[in-house]
Amino acid sequence: MNREQVSRVLQQHGAVMVLGVLVIVGSLAFDSFATTGNAASVVVSSSFLAIIAIGMTFVIISGGIDLSVGSLFVLGGVLGAYGSQYGLVVALLLPLAVCGLVGLLQGLVIARTGMAPFIVTLAGLLGVRGLMLAISDEGATTYLVEDRAFAALGQGNVLGLTYPVYITIALSLAAMVLLQRTGFGQNVYAIGGNEQAAALMGVPVVRTKVYVYLMSGLLAGLAGALNAARLSSGVTILGIGMELDVIAAVVIGGTLLTGGAGGITGTVAGVLLLGVIQSLINQVGNLTSAFQQVVSGLFLALVVVAQRLLSKAQRLT
Amino acid sequence: MRRTDLEPVLEARGISKRFPGVLALDGVSLALRPGEVHALVGENGAGKSTLIKVFTGVYQPDGGELRHQGQPAAFGTPMDAQRAGISTIYQEVNLVPMMSVARNLLLGREPRGRFGVIDAAAMNGEAERVLAGYGVDTDVRRPLRSLGVGAQQMVALARAVSIDARVVIMDEPTSSLEPREVETLFGVIRRLRDQGIAVMYVSHRLDELYQVCDQVTVLRDGRVAHTGALAGVERLRLISLMLGRDLSEVRSQGTTRFSRDRAGTGTGTGTGTDGGQGRRSPVIEARGLTRRHVLDGVDVSVRPGEVVGLGGLLGAGRTETAKAIVGALPLDGGQVLVAGAPVRTGSTTAAIRAGVSLLPEDRKAEGIIPTLSVRENIALAALPSLGRGGVVSDAKIDRVVEIFMRRLRIKAASPHQLVSELSGGNQQKVLLARWLAVRPKVLLLDEPTRGIDVGAKAEVQALIDELALEGLGVLLISSDLEELVEGADRILVLRDGAVAGELSGDDVTEERIMATIAEQADG
Repeated sequence: MNREQVSRVLQQHGAVMVLGVLVIVGSLAFDSFATTGNAASVVVSSSFLAIIAIGMTFVIISGGIDLSVGSLFVLGGVLGAYGSQYGLVVALLLPLAVCGLVGLLQGLVIARTGMAPFIVTLAGLLGVRGLMLAISDEGATTYLVEDRAFAALGQGNVLGLTYPVYITIALSLAAMVLLQRTGFGQNVYAIGGNEQAAALMGVPVVRTKVYVYLMSGLLAGLAGALNAARLSSGVTILGIGMELDVIAAVVIGGTLLTGGAGGITGTVAGVLLLGVIQSLINQVGNLTSAFQQVVSGLFLALVVVAQRLLSKAQRLT
Repeated sequence: MRRTDLEPVLEARGISKRFPGVLALDGVSLALRPGEVHALVGENGAGKSTLIKVFTGVYQPDGGELRHQGQPAAFGTPMDAQRAGISTIYQEVNLVPMMSVARNLLLGREPRGRFGVIDAAAMNGEAERVLAGYGVDTDVRRPLRSLGVGAQQMVALARAVSIDARVVIMDEPTSSLEPREVETLFGVIRRLRDQGIAVMYVSHRLDELYQVCDQVTVLRDGRVAHTGALAGVERLRLISLMLGRDLSEVRSQGTTRFSRDRAGTGTGTGTGTDGGQGRRSPVIEARGLTRRHVLDGVDVSVRPGEVVGLGGLLGAGRTETAKAIVGALPLDGGQVLVAGAPVRTGSTTAAIRAGVSLLPEDRKAEGIIPTLSVRENIALAALPSLGRGGVVSDAKIDRVVEIFMRRLRIKAASPHQLVSELSGGNQQKVLLARWLAVRPKVLLLDEPTRGIDVGAKAEVQALIDELALEGLGVLLISSDLEELVEGADRILVLRDGAVAGELSGDDVTEERIMATIAEQADG
């Protein structure tokens, strides 16, 4: 392998490799780390972030960004809990419909007007947060999950892993096929790689972008609803600022913030990495969870520098 | 040979296209017939790219008719043109560099397996098979950008042709190809021709035109200057058609305001540049400037008080030479000496500090800062010398700005007027003032009179004269042959990134420049 190929492999699979190394180091250093209980807790708590990150991966590969997902996650939770009084179907469809609609609108504005995704979805973040506060009486009303079946969706488990973990796995596999093996996936890469060229090559740029933001909104709403089912209530404070964790996980996973390259495997690894780092810091004991953010931040900075160097190496050789 | 019996697959009839202030195309008619390779030539601003954009649906014509396979046609978007079988290959590869070769080639037409899912193995196999026919032998799973530019160009070509093209338009396809790749390209073009596909070939490299084209259309100032079989047009005549200089007309008196007195050719009034300058050592000397595909060992030297002209067709490396000297173009090799001392290449800061200034070709993109005032634009480059300890003195700026506005006769309401509100000629003078304010030893002028009105043109030309008289070394780049001949003491003619000849004394004539450009490159 030459330098270029090594760089490419590191870019695409670096997150998986680092994840492997961290798990091994953690297992050797801490007795309580390599237990099934700990592994399950990392996986379970990561699953919600992962669902949102799948949508974000599509958005970022297409050359965009979606800041509204944190707010949509919270809104999805509140709507899911609220809707659960009318049964499982409403509890799932209500958040999907509202969050999907927000995603669709953002996508239409971005794709049709050419406005910067950063600004459009920042507006979405603020607007959706306001909407969430309005239906929860400024956060004073916490809707409790009434429907047993809905609660079971978030809490039930098979082989020590809750249903949301299996849903995440299924969604990840579907997303991989969608991204790698369909025309839509190819169009997402093409738009992020060179939008002008993609248009000249006959890629439906507007439609593809709209779908990407629609998908991101739907997945954020779904994750919120599942989280509400897990907690048995629509919590109005958890999830604020979550969009940044999601973006960090996607970037750590090797997806280029400039678009055009990346993948679902890396994103899942990126999400797990954040979870493992938190778990390791918990093992150290006397460190607070705030310290976890410092480490995550440093790690993200390292990844970004490494990506810059790697993409340079790939272009030069 | 032209088969005039065949119906044109694509035809322009009296096409006009107007932009604010310019008539870019003025009643242009051109017919592309199946199985012909049609050269489209013309200098900058002749209307070539506008015509291509009309053919490919990027622009809508204001007048005239576009006909496709005998029927009137209107292409609202590039996609419409593509669907009608018109493919375009641009000078810069318009593909997605980070995607694999196979995916670029087959995007939108990937072979499908079960459930409509893309069959990656079949896709890669097909890509390999298709590309083998274009002399590209590579792992098609690699990202496109890992290929050389030539191979990328071939992928673009293969993609364009495989979309059932009836017409292929190539805009300077060889500008970044190696000679071997050019041969492959020509092979592909001949194959297309034999398959009955019409090829429109745009290039400034005359050698190539004669190798591969059978028809030619020359555009000049938005009109067709000539159209017909290429075989009947000799090289020198083609150049004179492009440049719009009739061979017999060349000897007539010029209209520029230059008054250079070249030893031997007394066209001017005698301004005192004597033969003595020949003995003075060069103020700037560039040796062996080389950059792959762009410059090939260019040597230039300018003595104090001398105006050296750089001639040649568009794409011959004139602008690149100037940029290389001033450090704005990374070099693979070569050396620049100012007053005998070497200057670090690839650094504009080093070049400016050594006393080299460039007035760029594209005034809007590379020169003026439209949101700043005349005063700020003039002072910009000289700021470091107009203060102490990093704090700029307003009084000093005012003095410098006042001197140059008066001296260059810049017509502005006040120094505080926005530079974007001035006329093109005055903007050019502001830029000239900016560089004169840093007190350069050498001034590189790239098309200093393009796009400015006649009066301002004459003023700028007179100014160049004055500056040289004061001892500045000037390198003058111009597509206007008259301007070069009247304004320069000596002319270097570039062709394909190398110096094709140097003209001095009696040889500085428009005819000699054209003849030098036309000389067949040996080998």
